[in-house]
Amino acid sequence: MKRLHSDLSLLFVLGFFTLFSNVCSDLVISKLDRQIDLSSQIVRFTTSLKVENNGAEAVSKVLLPYPESQAKNLAFLSVTITEGKGKTKTSSDRLYVDVSHPEGMPPSLTWYAVSLPKEVSKGGSLTLEVKAVFTHLLTPFPEKITQADAQLVAFQDSAHYLSPYAVKIQSLTVKLPEPKVESYTRLENTKFSGSEIKYGPYENIPPFSLPTIVVHFVSNKPFSVAQELVREIEISHWGNVQVTENYNLVHAGAELKGEFSRLDYQARPHVRGASALSSLVARLPARAHSIYYRDEIGNISTSNVYSDSAKTLLEIEPRYPMFGGWRTAFTIGYGLPLQDFLFKSEGKRFLDITFGCPMNDIVIENLIVKVVLPEGSNDISVVAPFSIKETRETKLSHLDIAGRPVIVLEKTNVVPEHNQNFQVYYRFSSFSLLREPLMLVFGFFLFFIACIAYVHADFTISKSSPSYIAKLQWDEVQTAIQQFQNIMNRVLVIHNKLEASLRDLSRTGDVQACKAARKTADAFLKELTKESKPLLSFLQSSPQALQITPKVDELVIKERELQEKLMLKHSMVVDSYEKKSGGRDIDNRVAAVQQKITLLRQEVDDLLEVIDEI
Amino acid sequence: MAAQETSQSAIFRHAFGNVLSFTVLLLIGVMAFSIRLFSVIKYESVIHEFDPYFNYRVTQFLTKSGVYDFWNWFDDRTWYPLGRVIGGTVYPGLTLTAGTLWRILNSINIPLSVETVCVFTAPVFSAFASWATYLLTKEIKGAGAGLTAAALLAMVPSYISRSVAGSYDNEAVAIFALIFTFYLYIKTLNTGSLFYATLNAIAYFYMVCSWGGYTFIINLIPMHVLLCIVTGRYSPRLYIAYAPLVVLGTLLAALVPVVGFNAVMTSEHFASFLVFIIIHVVALVYYIKGILTPQMFKVAVTLVVSVGMVLCFAVLAVLIALVASSPTKGWSGRSLSLLDPTYASKYIPIIASVSEHQPPTWPSYFMDINVLAFLVPAGIIACFLPLSDASSFAVLYIVTSVYFSGVMVRLMLVLAPAACIMSGIALSEAFDVFTRSIKFHLVGTTQNPQENAGDATKVTQNDVKSEKSEDTVKERSSRKSKKKDKENIEKPSLVSRVEKRLLVLPLETSVMAVFLVVLLGAFYVVHCVWAAAEAYSAPSIVLTSRSHDGLHVFDDFREAYAWLSHNTEVDDKVASWWDYGYQTTAMANRTVIVDNNTWNNTHIATVGTALSSPEKAAWDIFNSLDVKYVLVVFGGLVGYPSDDINKFLWMVRIGGGVFPHIKEPDYLRDGQYRIDSQATPTMLNCLMYKLSYYRFVETDGRGYDKVRNTEIGKKHFKLNHFEEVFTTHHWMVRIYKLKSPRNRIRGKTKRSKSKSGTSKRSTRKKNPWQ
Repeated sequence: MKRLHSDLSLLFVLGFFTLFSNVCSDLVISKLDRQIDLSSQIVRFTTSLKVENNGAEAVSKVLLPYPESQAKNLAFLSVTITEGKGKTKTSSDRLYVDVSHPEGMPPSLTWYAVSLPKEVSKGGSLTLEVKAVFTHLLTPFPEKITQADAQLVAFQDSAHYLSPYAVKIQSLTVKLPEPKVESYTRLENTKFSGSEIKYGPYENIPPFSLPTIVVHFVSNKPFSVAQELVREIEISHWGNVQVTENYNLVHAGAELKGEFSRLDYQARPHVRGASALSSLVARLPARAHSIYYRDEIGNISTSNVYSDSAKTLLEIEPRYPMFGGWRTAFTIGYGLPLQDFLFKSEGKRFLDITFGCPMNDIVIENLIVKVVLPEGSNDISVVAPFSIKETRETKLSHLDIAGRPVIVLEKTNVVPEHNQNFQVYYRFSSFSLLREPLMLVFGFFLFFIACIAYVHADFTISKSSPSYIAKLQWDEVQTAIQQFQNIMNRVLVIHNKLEASLRDLSRTGDVQACKAARKTADAFLKELTKESKPLLSFLQSSPQALQITPKVDELVIKERELQEKLMLKHSMVVDSYEKKSGGRDIDNRVAAVQQKITLLRQEVDDLLEVIDEI
Repeated sequence: MAAQETSQSAIFRHAFGNVLSFTVLLLIGVMAFSIRLFSVIKYESVIHEFDPYFNYRVTQFLTKSGVYDFWNWFDDRTWYPLGRVIGGTVYPGLTLTAGTLWRILNSINIPLSVETVCVFTAPVFSAFASWATYLLTKEIKGAGAGLTAAALLAMVPSYISRSVAGSYDNEAVAIFALIFTFYLYIKTLNTGSLFYATLNAIAYFYMVCSWGGYTFIINLIPMHVLLCIVTGRYSPRLYIAYAPLVVLGTLLAALVPVVGFNAVMTSEHFASFLVFIIIHVVALVYYIKGILTPQMFKVAVTLVVSVGMVLCFAVLAVLIALVASSPTKGWSGRSLSLLDPTYASKYIPIIASVSEHQPPTWPSYFMDINVLAFLVPAGIIACFLPLSDASSFAVLYIVTSVYFSGVMVRLMLVLAPAACIMSGIALSEAFDVFTRSIKFHLVGTTQNPQENAGDATKVTQNDVKSEKSEDTVKERSSRKSKKKDKENIEKPSLVSRVEKRLLVLPLETSVMAVFLVVLLGAFYVVHCVWAAAEAYSAPSIVLTSRSHDGLHVFDDFREAYAWLSHNTEVDDKVASWWDYGYQTTAMANRTVIVDNNTWNNTHIATVGTALSSPEKAAWDIFNSLDVKYVLVVFGGLVGYPSDDINKFLWMVRIGGGVFPHIKEPDYLRDGQYRIDSQATPTMLNCLMYKLSYYRFVETDGRGYDKVRNTEIGKKHFKLNHFEEVFTTHHWMVRIYKLKSPRNRIRGKTKRSKSKSGTSKRSTRKKNPWQ
């Protein structure tokens, strides 16, 4: 076991430290209380130290060493000064912590130097509260389990606080998720009760004293680790902050070996599949909307949203229950109202939004946060509560020309403690907001202009080519024919009017009115004939109208004939009225003419239709 | 001047008509697009079914690697260990279209994902298809018919079934290409313009790129040309419409890798060449007729005919000999099953096993083209009276497509546009008559000539330049016959107004008839929307059921594919029946043994054999194929009917077709396929049965299969060579892993061997992979 190996090296360096212990011996820890919370995969150390200065000089720095095996998994470290006890306990802001390399110390320890806000003078004391969060400190043992087994993990640390200072009184409490322990190291003063193991109190422990303890216990909580999480926060000044989170999740607990039986899992999920990850809860900001949950092959239907005024809870289930060693990848996305997250200060705008992922109990090995600002933003700066690797890139999205500036923030080993707000300051003029709509308007405008230009322009390459000329002529012929048809139709209207006047005559017997109608009709017909003359001559002269001309001519002849007959009928009827002949008499006289008129009218109509077809 | 004024108003009316029809077309396009979005709204924006997943995967490859890599793509993820040359075996039209769309959109900074583009390609192209229908019908019967046909096509259920959003299949673009090719052919035929002939060849090329159904075009057009020649309608326009298409089209078609030399070597294309020769002969005859005197011509005819006959027979004999020498007579299996509907079921079980290759039932006609089925005869009659080149083409198109749709359900898709065109013509003619008579009654006699003027402009609007001379009288009678199809119209009193050339119906009758026709249309619309929303929108990878406690989603397929893709090694091979091959490669990104391409019958038969063999024999076959996981689809728990047990007989048949030791009767008890206690031991011991029902009895205590509605026959058994590694939430997909050989205990296998008796031992000897 590699764990054992590191144990040996720890014991080995122990000898060294006693030599150097006097280096930092000005300070003494008078009381130390340590709590290790093992209830989830994220191990939290809460240590409160009462530091006393026994040396001559005032001290402004306190050193906190961590062994290499822990330091490389240290995700979060915060140190505060607490005053008072119990209910009156108050804590200061987080103190500045820096990695330091004190001389003469072997490199297997990582040192953090806490800068105190005010120096501790001789004889003075203060209480520090150190909160350290580690990931990957728990090792599943055995490494592979079957579906029916409980997940066992081992944790190892020292019973005494690793400190360069002498510790007067110290105690350690290890909190377990369940009161089930496979084994634990028994030292003097060890107490196991409920789900807690207590070591100590131990008194007057010299610096660098490291008695190893190992706890082997049942932890059925899934070890969900996001190997990579990419959060993309895109700001739209039209009122939306769009957050897209791409998860690449693995269950880092004990791997499943052998069969996975759905039957067993469904029948007794808490026994057969106790450590399986079946659901996750994301705590989204209030008023989150348009929430989606999908992966690369589509929507995942197993999710629920509960929302109230303070928060939105999104409960998601992976496509399949995740057993140890299984992986999955998915994306969640949601929109947030802009005014909740974007503010203005001193002419600059700033985005104020959380850094970490909205899900608790997830360890993120590599978190990449991308903030996509609107195109045209400048003077960009980032303010974050902890150190982050920051790079810039640009992203081309809808209707962009130059691209949107993207701030890429990267951090490894992210735990829920990192869920703090960070700020991105930038300048953005409101006018840039209108650029894209204007671009669209202008684009469409140009398109329509182009269409108009195209319709009105003549793109024929050779204007003298016979087919082009023929086409032009054909167009002319067509308009001429259309005009001719119009004239013909109007002639027919006049014919109808004449007929109508005759009918009126038979009804009222008003001969004068009928005559007047005849006169106007005559005038109109004459005018129309005159109008049609140039058209007819044009049609006869045009070569393109060759096939139509005979029909047109025929039509003209037929129409004239019809007109004559109609006039004849008209005058006959009027005559007979003037002579006051009887109705039947008139009918008899007119009958022959009437027949011809009907026939001619039919022919004219047919001819018109034939011309229509052409 | 008065004349100018009227012509002005005519121009305005003309412009108004253009704008109106443009708007209507635009709206039709919008409707065609949006009626297909039900699947996205009701489910999600996701690729549907099986083949679309392959097309999607190919498109992804195309967008990632570029077009040259695409042509040379050898896919090692399928047909393991054979692989598949994708570039040379796929119709690239669809993927190239979507890939180009995606590239264009991305180049103008619209960052849509490939998936989104693929999902919406089909709706976009169905809008194009309805516009193409407008153009085609306009060439045949005028703008009014065109608009009606376009509106009908925009929502015809048959086409919707293949082009809902997400149905990213060849047919989606192919139907557009088909109609557009026909349009350009008719346009060339009507105008005689070489420009359109060239465009036609290019459209044909696009069609060849898109779908194997291009053979329909290259057979239908020659048939029409032949028809025109036989009926004495030969004209230079016909020559221009046909000859360039054959020459250019064949050259272009040969450029598509999947077609290649097939364009000149398979029987499907021979008709076009034959007609090509004929049209030249005819052209020559017409030319000679023009320069010779009638007597001389007669002499020449007898001379040429006697010599020509001899030559023709010689050529024909050679051709027949050539064709007959090839085993399938030069026809591909699918084409043969078109000509002889019983061919597939007799010889190629793999074609017969696909449900869409079955003949349709009568209800499916009603489902897929609805009222169009009743309007089509009316449309055909309308086409016959005045019969023009274009309308004869429409008639030929509908007749052939009706035949083909009767052979294969899938080809209902080809029928749909034809039915829409015909119904469009019928409806538009009917409306024409009814509204005209209503207008006549309302406006009265005095206004009549103006109305004529209106008609005139309406007709000039459509650019039909074909000479429809001498047809006026006939046309009128066509309207008369039209009315016979309309229900409930008594013989109209035509004689009452003799002076009118218009065919006028009594006012009440026409109003009633218009009302009924509108009602018919409304019924069609309601049916189409229902079909789009309910019947054809399910993506089939995610199923839903509505019960009393709300909507229940069955997302098991994707659950299984996601599990495979995340929790197995990249190079693991997954065996399943071929239906799930495309999805496994696309969604799980794992190598499969067989997939929906079904190009290698032996390979499929091997998988079929393995699934119908007992465990050990199956393990041997799978192991020899490097298979690590076996995936079966099982619907017995939730009642999903299209699962592997129901498809199992096809596996036996296909497997038995190549490996004769698998015999179908072994799996049937008295000719009946059953899985209960009456089932044969072969059935109860085959791998498919075991993988499907492994530990199934423990769910409810008696193993009741909800699909077969029976208790299973063999309830308690153990798997010796496979282990269950994943089963989805509703048990619809079960994945098993082949146990590695060293974990087998000698004694155990021996015992199981002796237990299962002689039949097993004998089959094992015949294992093809030993």
